[in-house]
Amino acid sequence: MEEKIVIKNLAKIFGNNPSKALKALKEGLSKEKILKELKQIVGVHDVSFTVRKKEIFVLMGLSGSGKSTLQRLINRLHEPTTGEIIINGTDITKLDNNELREFRRKNFCGMVFQNFAILPHRTVLGNVEFGLELQGVSKEERQKKAMEIIKQVGLDGNENSYPSQLSGGMQQRVGLARGLTVDADIMLMDEAFSALDPLIRRQMQDELLELQDKMQKTIIFVTHDLDEAFRLGDRIAIMKDGRIVQIGTAEDIISKPADDYVKAFVEDMDRSAVLTAGTIMQPVKETAFINDGPRTILRKIRKNALTGIIMTDTKKTIKGYIIAKELVEYINKHKEKENIPFDDSLLHDVTKVDSEMPLNEVINIYSDNRYGPLAVTNKQNKLLGVIVKGSVITALSEDFEPENS
Amino acid sequence: MFPFRIPIKDWISDAVDFLVSELGVIFDGISAFVYFLVDNLKDGMLALHPIILILLIAALTWYMAGWKISIFAALGLLLAENIGLWQAFVETLSLVLTAEILVMVIGLPLGIYAAKSDRFNSIIRPVLDFMQTMPAFVYLIPAVMFFGLGLVPGVVATFVFALPPLIRLTNLGIRQVPKELTEAADAFGATNMQKLFKVQIPVAKPTIMAGVNQSIMLGLSMVVIAAMIGAGGLGADVLRGIQRLQVGQGFEAGLVVVILAIILDRITAGFGQRKSQPE
Ligand SMILES: Nc1ncnc2c1ncn2[C@@H]1O[C@H](COP(=O)(O)OP(=O)(O)OP(=O)(O)O)[C@@H](O)[C@H]1O
Ligand SMILES: [Mg+2]
Repeated sequence: MEEKIVIKNLAKIFGNNPSKALKALKEGLSKEKILKELKQIVGVHDVSFTVRKKEIFVLMGLSGSGKSTLQRLINRLHEPTTGEIIINGTDITKLDNNELREFRRKNFCGMVFQNFAILPHRTVLGNVEFGLELQGVSKEERQKKAMEIIKQVGLDGNENSYPSQLSGGMQQRVGLARGLTVDADIMLMDEAFSALDPLIRRQMQDELLELQDKMQKTIIFVTHDLDEAFRLGDRIAIMKDGRIVQIGTAEDIISKPADDYVKAFVEDMDRSAVLTAGTIMQPVKETAFINDGPRTILRKIRKNALTGIIMTDTKKTIKGYIIAKELVEYINKHKEKENIPFDDSLLHDVTKVDSEMPLNEVINIYSDNRYGPLAVTNKQNKLLGVIVKGSVITALSEDFEPENS
Repeated sequence: MFPFRIPIKDWISDAVDFLVSELGVIFDGISAFVYFLVDNLKDGMLALHPIILILLIAALTWYMAGWKISIFAALGLLLAENIGLWQAFVETLSLVLTAEILVMVIGLPLGIYAAKSDRFNSIIRPVLDFMQTMPAFVYLIPAVMFFGLGLVPGVVATFVFALPPLIRLTNLGIRQVPKELTEAADAFGATNMQKLFKVQIPVAKPTIMAGVNQSIMLGLSMVVIAAMIGAGGLGADVLRGIQRLQVGQGFEAGLVVVILAIILDRITAGFGQRKSQPE
C-alpha cells in the first residue's frame, strides 16, 4: 500500500527552551517533571508513523495526550520542534511560508473542527466555496463545484442559509463540505463529531464512511471516543503523554493491548463489536472431498475426533457438511458393498460467514445454526477457518489471544 | 518643598512652539484638507432643500433601523427646521461626520495593526488611555495653536477625542475572532490579506461597528466644547444660551443634539446587528 504521510521523530515542545526539554526527555524525564522543573510543555515527542493512501487513520487518547497538537503539526499549524513530516514525498518542515501555503492548497482539504469553525457571516454556499475562492477560482466555477458537494452531503436547499439557522449536524456537514470542495486528498478532522448528540453523531459517522467509499481521501481523524475510533479507523494510534503507545487495527488493539494504559482504555469496549469472524476463527483440522468416498471421510472424522466434516473441492470451495452420525448410519446400511457410492442426501448446507463480519453478528448467526461449525470464508468464498461454540465464548472473555490474525 | 520645579509646562509649550514653527507647512496642509472635506460636506447638504435631506436621512434610518425610528428621525428633523436650527444642525452633522470619516480612515488600520502586533498594542495602549482620560478641554489649546479658530480645529479636537474607542474595539474585535476560524483559513492556504478581509474583519464587524458607534457618540459630546473654539453649529447655540442665561434657546439646541445622537446611534447600531448578512 502506498505511503501518503510519513512522520519521523516528530516532537513539539511549547516553551522558550525546547532543546533543554528534548534533552530531558532523552534522559527519561516524564512530561510532568519537565513541566514542573523546566516549565516546558511537551506537546508531542518521539512520534514516528506512516499513514497510507486512502485510509482513515485515527488518533486517540485522553485529553491532553497530544492528539490535536500532532494533527496540527501535520499541516504545520504548529511548527515542529524537531522531526520530519513527509507528505507525498515532500518534507514540509523545509518549506518557506509561500511554499507552505501552496502546498496546503494543493494537498489538504482543510480541517474539520469540533466546533465547526464555519464562517458566521457567510451562507452555506459561501462557506463551502471558501477554499476555492482563496485559490482564485472563478465564481461560476467554484459555485458549481460547491453545489455539487452540497448535494453530496445532503445540504441542498440550505445553500442560502446562514450557519446560525442550521442545526449542529448540518453545520458540521458544512464543515465537511467545505473541506471536500477543495480538490485535495488529505482531510484533517479534529473531534469533528464530538459536539453532536449521539444519534446524529452515529449518522454522521456512517455518512463519512459512505463518502469515504466514494471520495477516497486520506483522513486523519482525532477523537477521544473509542467506539468512534473503532467504527471509523482503518488503523488507530493510541496516544499518551505526547507519544504514540500503540498503532494497529481495532482488532490488534483490542486483542493485544500494548500496555496497561491501552488495556484500561479498551476494557469497557464492547468486544463483540470489534472482533470479527476472522479473528476468532479456528484453523480447519481436516476437510474431506466427495471423491474420498464414505469410508475415508469417516476415517478423517474419527482421526480428528470431530462430530462432522466440511466437504470442499480441491480449490477449497465449500460443498457442504457431513454429520458423523448420519454418515455412520449410511455406511452401516451399505456395509456389504465394497465401494459404497456417495449419496448427495448426506450433504447439508454449511452456514458461511465472511471473515470480516463483526462478532456480534456472528453470535446471532451462530445461535440460529442447527448443526456443525460456521465456515469462515473470504470474499472469493474460499474456506479460511471455522467457528465452533468454544471460539465465541473464549473470544468474549478478557484474555483472548487470536491465533491467526 | 523642592528648590526647583519640573518645567512640564515649559516643555510642552516649547514643543508646541517648535512644531508650529517647524512643521507649519504640514499643519497648513492638514488644515486645508480637513477644511475642504468639512466645508464641502456642509455646503453640499445645505444646497439640498431641507425636506430632501430629511427624506434621505429618514430613508437611510428606515433601511438601517426600521420604520419607527425613521418616523422619529423625520419628525425630529422637521422640528429642528421649524425652530430655526437647520443651518446649525447641518454644521454639526458635517463636523461630526468629517471627524468620524477621519477616525475610521486612521483608526481602523491602527486597530488592525494593534491586533496583529503585540508590541504595537503595548505601545499604543497607554497613549489611548491618555487620550481618553485627559479632559477634553485640554485638546482645544493645541488644536487652536495648530489650526487656528473655526471648523477645522473643531474637527481635529473631535477626531482626537473620538479616535480611541474605534482603535480599541477594532483591536478587540479582531483579537476575539475565534482561533479556529483563522486556523481554518490558514489550513486552506489563505494569504494574510485574504485572512484579514475574508475572515477577521467580517467576523469582527459587530465589535468594530460598536467602536464606530461609540466614537460617534463621543464626537457628539464634543459638539459644545468644539463650539468654544469657533466650530459653530448647535454647540454655538448652546454656548450662547449659557452665556446669556437663555434657558429656552440652550434647551432647543440641546434637544436637536439629542435627536441627532439618537438617529446616528440607531443607524450605526443597525450596522453592527446586520452581522449575519453578507456585506
Ligand atoms: N498552543 C499551546 N501552547 C502551549 N501548550 C499547548 C498548546 N497547545 C497544546 N498544548 C499542550 O500540549 C499538550 C497536548 O495538547 P493537545 O491539545 O494536543 O491535547 P489533545 O489530546 O488534543 O487533548 P483534547 O482531547 O483535550 O483536545 C497539553 O499538555 C496542552 O496543554
Ligand atoms: Mg484536542
